Amino acid sequence: MAGKKERLFVKGNEAIAMGALAAGCKCFFGYPITPQNDIPEFMSKAMVDAGGEFVQAESEVAAANMLLGAGACGIRAMTSSSSPGMSLKQEAISYMAGSEIPAVIVNMNRGGPGLGDIGPSQGDYFQSTRGGGHGDYRLLVLAPSSAQEAYDMTYDAFDLAFASRNPVLILGDAIIGQMKEPITPREPKQVDPEEGADWRLIGAPNSREHRIIKSLFLMDGELAGQNRKLQAKYDAWKKMVDFETFEVKDAELVVVAYGSIGRIAKNAVRALRAKGKKVGLFRPKTLYPFPEKALEKLAKEGKRFLTIEHNLGQMVEDVRLSVRKYGDSDLFCVYPGNMPSPDDFEAPILRALGRK
Amino acid sequence: MTKAQQAAPVAGEELVFSRPASMVDRATHYCPGCHHGIAHRMVAELIDELGLKERTIAVSSIGCSVFLYNYIDVDAVEAPHGRAPAVATGVKRARPDKFVFTYQGDGDLASIGMAEIMHAANRGERMSVIFVNNTVYGMTGGQMAPTTLIGQKTTTCPGGRCKDTEGSPIRMSEIIAQLGGVAFCARGSLDSVKNIRQAKKYMRQAFEVQTKGQGFGFVELLAGCPTNWRVSAIAANKRITDEMIPYFPLGVYKDIEADGTCGSLIQGGE
Amino acid sequence: MKRYIDVIMAGFGGQGVLLIGNLLAYAGMREKLNVTFIPVYGVEMRGGTANCTVVLSEDEIGSPIINKPKSLIVMNRPSLDKFQPKLADGGLQIVNSSLVDPVLVEQGGRIRTVLVPANELAEKVGNARAVNTIMLGAYVAATGMVKLSTVEDCLSAVMPPKIVPVNIAALRAGAAYALEQLKGQTPAKVSAKKAAAKPVAKKKPAAKKTAAKK
Repeated sequence: MAGKKERLFVKGNEAIAMGALAAGCKCFFGYPITPQNDIPEFMSKAMVDAGGEFVQAESEVAAANMLLGAGACGIRAMTSSSSPGMSLKQEAISYMAGSEIPAVIVNMNRGGPGLGDIGPSQGDYFQSTRGGGHGDYRLLVLAPSSAQEAYDMTYDAFDLAFASRNPVLILGDAIIGQMKEPITPREPKQVDPEEGADWRLIGAPNSREHRIIKSLFLMDGELAGQNRKLQAKYDAWKKMVDFETFEVKDAELVVVAYGSIGRIAKNAVRALRAKGKKVGLFRPKTLYPFPEKALEKLAKEGKRFLTIEHNLGQMVEDVRLSVRKYGDSDLFCVYPGNMPSPDDFEAPILRALGRK
Repeated sequence: MTKAQQAAPVAGEELVFSRPASMVDRATHYCPGCHHGIAHRMVAELIDELGLKERTIAVSSIGCSVFLYNYIDVDAVEAPHGRAPAVATGVKRARPDKFVFTYQGDGDLASIGMAEIMHAANRGERMSVIFVNNTVYGMTGGQMAPTTLIGQKTTTCPGGRCKDTEGSPIRMSEIIAQLGGVAFCARGSLDSVKNIRQAKKYMRQAFEVQTKGQGFGFVELLAGCPTNWRVSAIAANKRITDEMIPYFPLGVYKDIEADGTCGSLIQGGE
Repeated sequence: MKRYIDVIMAGFGGQGVLLIGNLLAYAGMREKLNVTFIPVYGVEMRGGTANCTVVLSEDEIGSPIINKPKSLIVMNRPSLDKFQPKLADGGLQIVNSSLVDPVLVEQGGRIRTVLVPANELAEKVGNARAVNTIMLGAYVAATGMVKLSTVEDCLSAVMPPKIVPVNIAALRAGAAYALEQLKGQTPAKVSAKKAAAKPVAKKKPAAKKTAAKK
């Protein structure tokens, strides 16, 4: 909503870069790939102006590992990419999760598999919410559906990353990244210079033991202990779930959709409401942790579900798991490569609504 | 992990040799005859001599030497296989006032990490790289490395490395010296006391180009792996002398201080 | 139904299509509408053509990408070939007749068309590069979705101050030309009513007044 402050008219990608800057990001490591190039382009100047560092890395692999290094030093750092580049970053992300290094990572999801296209897609849902690389780990996954949310989520992501000593993923897509919308910026954060003081690497003064940030645990019971610790952390995240609901109160059918598809589906729901159809929208803002309890509650009330995704059906698995005691979810999948509009969703929503 | 504790000299006796202050008091896990212990010690000695201990951040790599951080008493982060120069770039950019070094083997640096080492060197990252070349993957059981010599038998080239199918051993120092951001590049060897002393001088220079802000410092150390070479420690040293040094000539490959120009003096050659 | 319109603007790279897209979006913001703007990006840039989609709406905007646009600004022939068939029934297109042969342009029937000799008009106002603002002036007058004066106020957000005056002149020249042409068009309002965007027709007199005042 428009506040008193002056609104800026920016691309979602730029909103993310601005949000990071205001959050006190000091290092950016990037590599060119469409459709996220506005982020490194913005940061190449902004980081230098802010007295930070920008490196165009030799690869996505290197960029993610630079992020690992900067994060291990307790510095607010970030990288961004799009799907094929995200595959390359998974190695370092697994190491960061394993060594509990905070970082912010942006994926402007494009169509796949393989090189796919440069259009929007939600095909990286599994990769994002299941960890993505090897081993058992999770990222906090935030899915904006507007430029303002892209700004706000990035602004908050650094705090979350440091509070949980874990990488945080902003999962957008080509629509969120390329679309310009008005945003209201927030006050630049004063980052505590002592942030991470109890674990970060700054050189070991003689007064303390040297610190080792690592993910290799070979001693008896060591790795099991680490995994138990990580699981406890992920469990504790569950209270951080966030979602938007629209017209769900008396809805017979709840459409579940996130990100750009969430906003498009909202239009379809609004149009159908105008025609007297009892439909509503549930839009997860955190994809991990997934708002399973909230969905379960709706299922318990007897509502039915239609998951709409820009992939072949990924989030629908989480929806089904959430509502399994009381029901199930239908699925409408938009194939990556196709561009949906609200009109396209009305028919499948009506079909699902009529299917008693 | 206990801090290094120096033995107090007994009255009437003079202490002439002790563990460097930056070395942790801990039994080695390295094999008999392995040269990592010597290289680790030299790193610790230089950290002490240059007064860097409290501002050093080490980046360990994958391979036998991943455990570097168990021996050197400095803050350390563990990098994925081959990525130490990228991780070190992140560390140095985040904390430009710290002394940052990587310690990498030949499989890590010259194979899976080739892109990262080349670009960190080319950018002239203010970091120092210790590259231990023993022509074999040690930790995984003696497989062929990018530096394995022609004819050398390993568990993945049991008939001996063949140039036609596996290519020639890569000479990293020669390659690194060509890159713009490199301030110092040299190859030493750990096969003899004389060479070890010379190698330490190279390492000092590779550390000092960083502390002076001149650029990227690189030292390759020819080292033995008696276990995977299936030879005795003595024979391993002899093999370095007789087979490795002729192919990997020792010397300084780039030294911007000595040159005083943007050019580079290249020593050695076959 | 609340106020809503979407438009695809298309032309050669360098014709300033993205600039007027931004300009219209700023004007929408100024008039407290929700707005989105999305350019083509990546590989499509290489073809030498540029296009962008702008949505102005009182409600929250769903998709910023529109498959069947309610209006078009067509700056050249390739853009006509690509987008005219996609224009929604009852839609409106502003076509640059300096570069597009009118015989190729659908007129009357399912859609409404305004032909604007934008290159000639730009020459007349004294800046051959003001083709884009000529076209936007015509578009704003024909749709009435925002006030022309609002667009004029927003010029300084998208261009250096010294070329603002000539672009004000261009906006007004385009608007005047379009209104003149629309006067002659028979049931413009009827066809506009057929379109989903009824408010377009309602708003038009206001726009006329604004334009006339200047």
